Amino acid sequence: MPVINETLGQYSELFMLLAAGTYTVAFIAFAWDLAKSSKMLRAVDLKAAASAVGEKKVTVSAGRVAGGLGGPDAGGPAGRAERPTSGLTVEGGTAAGDMKYAGERRAPARVAVALTVLGVLIHGAGVITRAFGAGRVPWGNMYEFLTTGAFVAVAVFLIVLIRRDLRFLGTFVIGLAIIMLVAASAAFWTPVGHLVPALQSYWLIIHVSIAVLSSALFTLTFAMSVLQLLQSYRQKNLAAGRKDNLGFMRLVPNALSLENLSYRINAIAFIGWTFTLMFGAIWAEKAWGRFWGWDPKEVWTFVIWVVYAGYLHARATRGWTGTRAAWLSIVGYACVIINFTLVNTVFNGLHSYSGL
Amino acid sequence: MSESVKAKKKSPTAESTSAEGTTGEGKLQQAKSEAALPALGFKGMLRWSWTQLTSMRTALFLLLLLAVGAVPGSLFPQRPANPSVVTQYIKDNPSYGELLDALQMYDVYSSAWFSAIYILLFISLIGCVTPRAIAHYKAMKSQPPRTPKRLSRLPEYGTLAVAADAGIPASKAINDAAGLLKKRGYRVEVRDVDGALPSLGAERGFLKEVGNLVFHTSLIGVLVSVAIGGLYGYSGQRILVEGDTFVNTLVGYDQFTPGTNFQSSSLQPYSMQLDKFEARFDRESPGKAGQPIDYTAEVTTKETPDAPGKKETLKVNDPVSLGNTSLYLTGNGYAPMVTVRDGEGNVAFQGPVTAKVQGDNYYSSVVIKVPDAKPEQLGFVGFFLPTAFVTEDGISFSGAPELINPQLSLNSFYGDLGLDKGVPQNVFELDVKDLQQLNGRDLPAGGITLGPGATVDLPEGKGSITFDGVKKYIGVDIHHNPGQLYALIFGFLAVAGLVMSLYINRRRVWVRTGTHEDGRTMVEYGLLARGEDHRLAGEAAALRELFAREWNVPESLDTATTTAGSSSTSKDQ
Ligand code: HEM
Repeated sequence: MPVINETLGQYSELFMLLAAGTYTVAFIAFAWDLAKSSKMLRAVDLKAAASAVGEKKVTVSAGRVAGGLGGPDAGGPAGRAERPTSGLTVEGGTAAGDMKYAGERRAPARVAVALTVLGVLIHGAGVITRAFGAGRVPWGNMYEFLTTGAFVAVAVFLIVLIRRDLRFLGTFVIGLAIIMLVAASAAFWTPVGHLVPALQSYWLIIHVSIAVLSSALFTLTFAMSVLQLLQSYRQKNLAAGRKDNLGFMRLVPNALSLENLSYRINAIAFIGWTFTLMFGAIWAEKAWGRFWGWDPKEVWTFVIWVVYAGYLHARATRGWTGTRAAWLSIVGYACVIINFTLVNTVFNGLHSYSGL
Repeated sequence: MSESVKAKKKSPTAESTSAEGTTGEGKLQQAKSEAALPALGFKGMLRWSWTQLTSMRTALFLLLLLAVGAVPGSLFPQRPANPSVVTQYIKDNPSYGELLDALQMYDVYSSAWFSAIYILLFISLIGCVTPRAIAHYKAMKSQPPRTPKRLSRLPEYGTLAVAADAGIPASKAINDAAGLLKKRGYRVEVRDVDGALPSLGAERGFLKEVGNLVFHTSLIGVLVSVAIGGLYGYSGQRILVEGDTFVNTLVGYDQFTPGTNFQSSSLQPYSMQLDKFEARFDRESPGKAGQPIDYTAEVTTKETPDAPGKKETLKVNDPVSLGNTSLYLTGNGYAPMVTVRDGEGNVAFQGPVTAKVQGDNYYSSVVIKVPDAKPEQLGFVGFFLPTAFVTEDGISFSGAPELINPQLSLNSFYGDLGLDKGVPQNVFELDVKDLQQLNGRDLPAGGITLGPGATVDLPEGKGSITFDGVKKYIGVDIHHNPGQLYALIFGFLAVAGLVMSLYINRRRVWVRTGTHEDGRTMVEYGLLARGEDHRLAGEAAALRELFAREWNVPESLDTATTTAGSSSTSKDQ
């Protein structure tokens, strides 16, 4: 049995608070970025609208093709039609679908990302000191799930940022991380301690780490699905020529790009959740002798899995893509939240190791 | 998006009809059958129902219904897990308890309605997968679809011009392209090699659909495995006090739940003796003192009655395997040893009594039934506290989980215990309705409070009780599930299929070559994805590079490359 180091535990709690504070400043910077960039984009839009004289769509490819050497049709059949170029068109009022925001430097966003990096480092120190303080993986009770889960969510967000400019998600992801940290410290606080025998298994490491990682990904797609709904509402409004009452959404890509990217992340998270379910079943077999017993936690893990399976199906079903799929993704995340909060605290089951 | 569909409709392969409702054709069919509804007749009706049931939309609906249907099982107590809690729940909620029972809310996962949902879902699944599998088998054997007239309408398109002096005529260019695509894993068919406009069609990623089929079929496999477990498996419980031996026969179980097709001959007569049980509790963490940190049971097992004994340890999360079963450590507690003498002075009962844990720190209830006591049967009800404390108000509680100050406090009764009527009784409960009370807090004789070694005489010369000491007991679950290995295998197959289906991309490529008036060989190519494929643009770029290198086309000379949409996703709807 490892020795509990309480001093480290206290440092850990200090780090968590510092991280929450840093995130709060980052959150403000992200929000500022949304507001400011939107204003700037609006100005750009207005200028563009003035110069484009009614030309709403600018097809890039048509010009390029025509300018090619020798003519592109020489070797092929004649009569090429204009190519569909939905992704490259500059759509009114939203950022481009590739999420590459060329040009303008967004000072507040840079500050926000820098602060988030600082916050995640402090947060990571908090998670690690907690782990060493307890001499085991830092996810043995709800306090630890929340603090570690928030850390993973922010870390995943930052990693995705390397490949794609998702800074518009910052307010949402960092906001959620702050809520998680505050909830952990206020409602679920538990001192460092040993694991109860039921949790002393290497399956704790495998099963829970994958669950936390998948949940972090679901957190990202939840935020994106909410934005998708807002954006699609706004796009409809704009298309109908109505007033833009969601100006801060200028920085956010169009609804279709949001849907496509969140689909890809959800697909990864779904595989992760499938593993969570299976490894949970294997562990249940080891611990209780049956791999499935419809314990409340198992029920909700199953429900989440089925909802996201429904989401993947929806993406392939006529009439169910877009808004409805986004709603399913949101419902799925609501189930994740229920599985974590209500099921651990209110429902009675074998998984009663929340540490409360 | 409409472009890609057009291109596809021209293709002769049949698989586009498989995912009902996802193609224009499927919709047409559906619309037709819907329009014809009134004049369908019985056969037509069946056919119509089948089409409906196997449609993607129904699958989605049933999936969501399954999710909703599973929820009540977490809201209400369930009979299979906790029969007694259910009974209590119905008693506590007289207004709707019975109603919920009528709706099978306490047996959700074996209820008619839940079964209906998943059986319909799986019928739909079979009805969906089978034609899809057949269609895909045909598609895998057929040639890539014919070259569309206008490659430029495909989501990815590009052209290359090979210099006239390179010595690569259109026919060679198409063969080169075919070779390159084959190396990249495409299945290729070359058309009109010697014509004016030779072309090729190529396709790859058939494993995507295979993955999808494997995934869905494996789900059926998991379901069947679970059913096999339910039919041929069994499970049971047994409480073992230190020194006790469990023998795997029907009488060896305290509680036994056989599967529907269980035969008692399938029990292997192994045995397991509990030699020693040790529980360790947290003594150092503030706020968590008394939390268990380790349970270890030392056992001796014998595969057969004559086999030599083998020492093993049984721990939580670490079961012991014996015969075709596994034995799990699922509970533990204290078993105070008592000796009861009856009114005639004879020992009527001697041994450990398993105390049922009721509260913190092993605050446990104790029931002792002494049917052999004469002239009158005796019964005791009360509590066992491993570390007894008494508050100022006289309320006892246990201050620690260890045996620091063990104490038995009991009330005693005499009369007919009702054991001789043959009605099965719960050993943890004593019905005192028809009994005369001897000891109790409100009686002149007071309650019985015993420390180890102490003896108390019962009033009226009914006998005495001695607290001899304390042993520990463990609760053991014994399980045999012949389906679980298969469930595991199908589970992993399902994941493998899922990953294949999500990450293999099904792509078609067409290349057409021709000779320009000025002698250059012109090449155009187009790519189309089937299903979600955000890397199609990357593939187009990679192909372009391959071609350019093969024919030595300097990049500055190339004519055009275009991408329709940043994500290059073309969904077949
Ligand atoms: C137990 C019920 C089912 C579950 C849990 C389930 C789950 C899934 C999942 C997770 C996917 C996405 C991964 C993939 O593309 O392979 C999927 C895809 C698919 N499922 Fe199901 N499914 C079920 C039943 C059905 C039924 C009844 C049908 C037929 C109507 C069906 C037809 C399909 C099709 C056509 C796809 C491919 C969609 C695409 O191209 O992206 N599934 N299913």
